[in-house]
Amino acid sequence: MRLVERGRLPRWSGALAVVAAVAVTALLTAGPIRAAGANPAAAYRRYLFTPLTSGTGVAEVLLAATPLLFTGLAVAVAFRAGYYNIGAEGQLLAGTVGAAAVGIFLPDLPALVALPLAGLTGAAAGTLWAAVPAWLRVRGHIDEVVTTLLLNPVALLGVQGLLNGPWRNPETGFPESARLGPGYAIPALLGSRVHWGLVLGLVAVVVVAVVGARTPLGLRIAAAGHAPDAARFSGIRVGRIQVGSALVSGALAGLGGAVQVTGVQHQLTAGISHSYGYTGVVVATLAGLSALGVAAVGLLLGTLTVGAQNAAIVLHLPPQMGDIITALLLLTVVAALVLRRYGLRIRGAT
Amino acid sequence: MTTEERAAGAGAPAGPLVELVGIRKAFGDLVANDGITLDVRPGEIHALLGENGAGKSTLVRVLYGLSRPDAGSIRAGGRAVQIASPADAIAAGLGMVTQEFSLVGPMTVTENVVLAGSRLGRVDLGAARERVRAAADRLGVRVDPDAFVADLSVGERQRVEILKALVGDCRVLILDEPTAVLTPQDARALFTALHRLTAEGMGVLLITHKLHEVVEVAQRVSVLRRGRLTATVDLATPVSTRHLAALMVGAEGLSDPAALGASEAEVTGVTSHPAQASHRSQVRRGMAGADEGRAPDEARVPVTPPALEAYGVRVDGPGRPVLDVDEVLVRAGEIVGVAGVSGNGQTELVQVLCGMRPIDSGRVLVGGADVTHADPMARIALGLGRITEDRRGSVVGVLSVEQNLVLEDLATFRRGPFVDRKAVRRHAERLIAQFDIRARPADAVRTLSGGTMQKVLLARALARDPRALVVAQPTRGLDVGAAAYVHEQLRARRAAGAGVLLVSDDLDEVLSLADRVVVLFEGRVAGVLPGGADPGEVGVLMAGGAAG
Repeated sequence: MRLVERGRLPRWSGALAVVAAVAVTALLTAGPIRAAGANPAAAYRRYLFTPLTSGTGVAEVLLAATPLLFTGLAVAVAFRAGYYNIGAEGQLLAGTVGAAAVGIFLPDLPALVALPLAGLTGAAAGTLWAAVPAWLRVRGHIDEVVTTLLLNPVALLGVQGLLNGPWRNPETGFPESARLGPGYAIPALLGSRVHWGLVLGLVAVVVVAVVGARTPLGLRIAAAGHAPDAARFSGIRVGRIQVGSALVSGALAGLGGAVQVTGVQHQLTAGISHSYGYTGVVVATLAGLSALGVAAVGLLLGTLTVGAQNAAIVLHLPPQMGDIITALLLLTVVAALVLRRYGLRIRGAT
Repeated sequence: MTTEERAAGAGAPAGPLVELVGIRKAFGDLVANDGITLDVRPGEIHALLGENGAGKSTLVRVLYGLSRPDAGSIRAGGRAVQIASPADAIAAGLGMVTQEFSLVGPMTVTENVVLAGSRLGRVDLGAARERVRAAADRLGVRVDPDAFVADLSVGERQRVEILKALVGDCRVLILDEPTAVLTPQDARALFTALHRLTAEGMGVLLITHKLHEVVEVAQRVSVLRRGRLTATVDLATPVSTRHLAALMVGAEGLSDPAALGASEAEVTGVTSHPAQASHRSQVRRGMAGADEGRAPDEARVPVTPPALEAYGVRVDGPGRPVLDVDEVLVRAGEIVGVAGVSGNGQTELVQVLCGMRPIDSGRVLVGGADVTHADPMARIALGLGRITEDRRGSVVGVLSVEQNLVLEDLATFRRGPFVDRKAVRRHAERLIAQFDIRARPADAVRTLSGGTMQKVLLARALARDPRALVVAQPTRGLDVGAAAYVHEQLRARRAAGAGVLLVSDDLDEVLSLADRVVVLFEGRVAGVLPGGADPGEVGVLMAGGAAG
């Protein structure tokens, strides 16, 4: 059995592949959901629709989607340039440390100064965390997949070290930082828990989309990512583009970390990232590395997250079921896209 | 080997050991093998001669079951056989030694040999050791069955590969460029061993592009060119390397069927026909003159400034330089051809000139400006146009035709910070019309045929009106019409005053277009000839200057 490339395909076949993937995911998860004692149809309603039927539900979805916008975008930016940054998790954590640091050490700044400073520091910290693997890749041809991935637990250990050591909360004694100064809280949107970080994320989505589709740089990045040799041949400095994309990727993830600190937690905790960086890889892949796709998939996964919490309470489904559905969706979508492009052929046929 | 010896070969059957009949294999629009028929008889070394890309490797891959032919059949020992895998090939009595050996370094010679034929179950290493010894005796070489392969030299490893085939009871041994990795001494030892095998009645199919090897060791030679069998020649009577070179590279003056006879007929002792060859080149000169209003090798037109220069350019490879040219000079308004058997430094020369490969010493100039250390962008800006042999490595498949057309030139297609998409579209539409590109501006380049893709590259390179143009294998895989179009464009560039360096494996193409021909051999300039030179003479230089 082997894969044979198909010829040209109509655009709708891509959408069809995704619909097929969703259907297959539903079929595959129906068994476990039933085994957990729930009606699959009711469960899917909880997962996908219930969160969107109330104002608070929608707010929770947007809140859950916000960090995924940043990490999904970070991963998409790097992947598009042919730089496989799996380290958004570590870069996001570096960003949380950066933002928390200014919030702890300069607590009295007014919001107008404090918030941009926290964002910039977070982005800078994420960039720094991404710079080492990028440098190793360009200088030493060391695979960035390995280095970025392995720096994630290092970042987490760094956060835990800070929280158990110098940054331990002096009032409570818990391994969490002191609360940031009052100027460091991102204002909420429309009186909900949703904050302006969401808007910042959407702005980033638009910027990345426009740069990618409309600018010379976007074309160069696409060329460097898809055909580095041809890009080099055309005079494009591929190494520079990949390093640049790696650093922007780190900055976006770090900014996402800063947004979580200032928008949600208002302090640094060891559990501040619910694997947002890793989920970012899923988001970017499901989005086909498109910036607008990242926004759409971010919202979908946000819905699933909130739906899973809902289903856990109402249907007594294990909360991990949401993660299982997300993971299966990733696998089936990737498989469907491969099968869209390549046909299966049984050996021997000519 | 004399006829007597051949007949004496241990009761060898009279018929061929293996026959390929009408083998055809195409990859997309490239026909790698086009109706190839040849056989290997008992007691002969049958050479398969051809340039890289002529279809030799495809043919042996088909024979050894690594690739399925589109048409044609294979017969072994007079019976039709289906060879769908190497296992089938081994069962049909074939053995193959490739250039990359398939040996396990940390295992002994015996273990490697056993590995080749092992089924499930117990392995009797003692008996295997004896079989290795027996096979080594047949081959007339000394091999320690318990030596670790990792400790052996390249020549010894090759012998182990041959032993593997012999232990597998092969009757026809296929060797793919066996001397490419050997010292001259090892190569002689190899041929001595092969002669012992053919004396037993085995057949050998020897793939090579080294002419002197063919003349020295083979009984017959089949020459492939562009996927077709040019001729099968009996070497019982001496044939010059010059003649074989002409068959291989397709110099028409010598591959004339009238001079050779039909491909099946045995040609006896044809050397070159100077009269005929020079007549041919006269004809070509006449044609070129009619085409262009200029005769390539007549007294030079007034000396024009150099468009492209390379001096003392060296690129080191393993052992010896892969490129070491004293001077390559292209003046404005001329086409300089680069001829040579492929793999003699042409690819490296093109990469160096295009700025895709650093050099170890030397200087490169475009329009008089030193670009030795300049990147492709700077060279493009100075007026260098490039069309390389690696088409797919020159375009970005997922991007559209219009995007690829402006990729080298994005700075001029912008409005503010954005790509000026209307200008890009207009540019593409103009080039599509001008170069007759059969595609729409928004089509992904990946979906185009080879010929159309080549036109996109041509359009991109020529749209900037380059003063120096490096062109490699511009018509490979193109149909006749598309090839003629490319030639016409190159001539037009020359007429417009550009200096063109044309690198091609197709000697006809080089001789018909070029004003001067630089012949490369083993990375060095073997000679510079006027355009329209005698193909036989070029062939001699291509073959390393060996006397014809």
